Amino acid sequence: MAVLSDEIIVSTNKQTVRHRTSPLFDQGFRSASYGSALIVLAVLAGIIGTMVYGGWPAFQEFGFGFITSSIWNVGADQYGAWVAITGTLTSALIALVIGVPISIGIAIFLTQLCPPWLRRPVSTTIELLAAVPSIIYGMWGLFVFAPLFANYVQIPLTTLVEGIPILGTVLYARVPSGVGMMTAGIILAIMIIPFIASITRDILDQIPTVLRESAYGIGCTTWEVVRYVLLPQAGVSIIGAIMLGLGRALGETMAVTFVIGNANRLSLSLFDPSSTIASRIANEFNEAAGMQMNALLALGCILFVVTFIVLALARLLIARMKTH
Amino acid sequence: MSTIALNTSSAIGNAAAADAGAPVRIAVRNLNFYYGDFRSLKDISLDFYDRQVTALIGPSGCGKSTLLRTFNRIYSLYPEQRADGEILLDGQNILSPSIDVNELRARVGMVFQKPTPFPMSIYDNIAFGIKLYERLSKAELDGRVEEALRKAALWDEVKDKLRQSGMGLSGGQQQRLCIARTIAQRPEVILLDEPTSALDPISTGKIEELIEQLRSEFTIVIVTHNMQQAARISQFTAFMYLGELVEFGPTTKMFMNPSKKQTQDYITGRFG
Repeated sequence: MAVLSDEIIVSTNKQTVRHRTSPLFDQGFRSASYGSALIVLAVLAGIIGTMVYGGWPAFQEFGFGFITSSIWNVGADQYGAWVAITGTLTSALIALVIGVPISIGIAIFLTQLCPPWLRRPVSTTIELLAAVPSIIYGMWGLFVFAPLFANYVQIPLTTLVEGIPILGTVLYARVPSGVGMMTAGIILAIMIIPFIASITRDILDQIPTVLRESAYGIGCTTWEVVRYVLLPQAGVSIIGAIMLGLGRALGETMAVTFVIGNANRLSLSLFDPSSTIASRIANEFNEAAGMQMNALLALGCILFVVTFIVLALARLLIARMKTH
Repeated sequence: MSTIALNTSSAIGNAAAADAGAPVRIAVRNLNFYYGDFRSLKDISLDFYDRQVTALIGPSGCGKSTLLRTFNRIYSLYPEQRADGEILLDGQNILSPSIDVNELRARVGMVFQKPTPFPMSIYDNIAFGIKLYERLSKAELDGRVEEALRKAALWDEVKDKLRQSGMGLSGGQQQRLCIARTIAQRPEVILLDEPTSALDPISTGKIEELIEQLRSEFTIVIVTHNMQQAARISQFTAFMYLGELVEFGPTTKMFMNPSKKQTQDYITGRFG
């Protein structure tokens, strides 16, 4: 009897003994994850700090004129960012104007109209498009797309619009080489389509089936269901997807550098060569020294600020639409 | 057993008696339904009477929602689903390929398990469906919207905020908005697919009252999991099991004196 009760005590004791990890480990774990988060902030602060420090001489030398001047003359050591700033914004805008409707069209096709057997191949292709390195887009743009674009679009259009007031300026190619602002915008559009399309597809997929069925249930055609019910329902989230694409278009460097023509001259024609902030930096960084280097770093600061402003505006827009 | 019969009979007291003399609005003949290779409705033949509420009851997966979804051909959104047989709406076979399904869906309205207000104002939620098929002046449209909201017993609650989003309403109000949206199109038949399953008891009560009122104008088919609900609001009841129609008859008879043992077992809660 005594033996038996001893055994019981032993066995219950065994159950209550648990292995505690040392409190030190938990402390260490906390510090490690805290530290990881801090590193991101430190790196970002470091990058901004270095760029501002490096660009400071240029801002000091040219003042506000650095932003508004469109002269970029390495020989005369005169630098102004206006051409690059407008180039960045214009090429991104062209990319959105072309890319957004196509992306939304792809997403609608995939979620609403696509026969099931075709859905996977098309989805996979679009995701593969996102995985293509930007240098490939650049090479393809320069060697394949640009000559075709020159022959079949620039030359015919230029002859067509010559002399017409506004179109004659905007769509006139002085040298129809195929490279230029429009080509950069088109290549950027191709690059951002996979992002916007696949996110929009996911958003549309998340809309409850009953909402879609009830729209069909009152006799809507597919167009009416998409236009009046699904897209408004997805609304704000689609803007988020577009902003992601815009962020990529503003900062894209390699592909744009290949096809934009890298001109330092301000032109009103979309067919003329131009440059963006990123392409200017990529082009000149290798051989830059002195004030030119400072000016390039200052350009980098401006790209930072432009991207930040655009994304902040997007956030603001989304917040306003949500409360509406 | 006798107490159950008593309970249900008192519940039935609320609904009007079945009118067996009413004309047939929907006649289902030898209907089979397939999800891919799976046959989920087996040779269903059944009549739905004009201006009567018919409840479809049965355990989950018995095919009652599937049957409901054939009446406006909403299933045809999914290519792997198909039906054969005949469904005659006023004598016209709606399964025939020559039927314009969009127009059919304006004639046969549907309300779903969960409220589904469209992302637009309360007013537009109603007006949208009307404008799809009718060209009306602003005044006429206003009148139709008000009429629909009144019939759905929602007017007094929303008349001062017609321009606000339909998403801001409570669940019960949203469901009445969906009913208003459906009746605004002046359909012949209203299909209700478990319309109160996502609602609290008070909202459920309001919807049930509403169904009772709408019966004077529309032929109503309701799928419900709630036997008391079927007893309270319907004139006819169809009991389905495993894709087959087990028994169909006036609700009073189905609940008081069913002819099949299976029906009795289900109604008294012995399975399902």
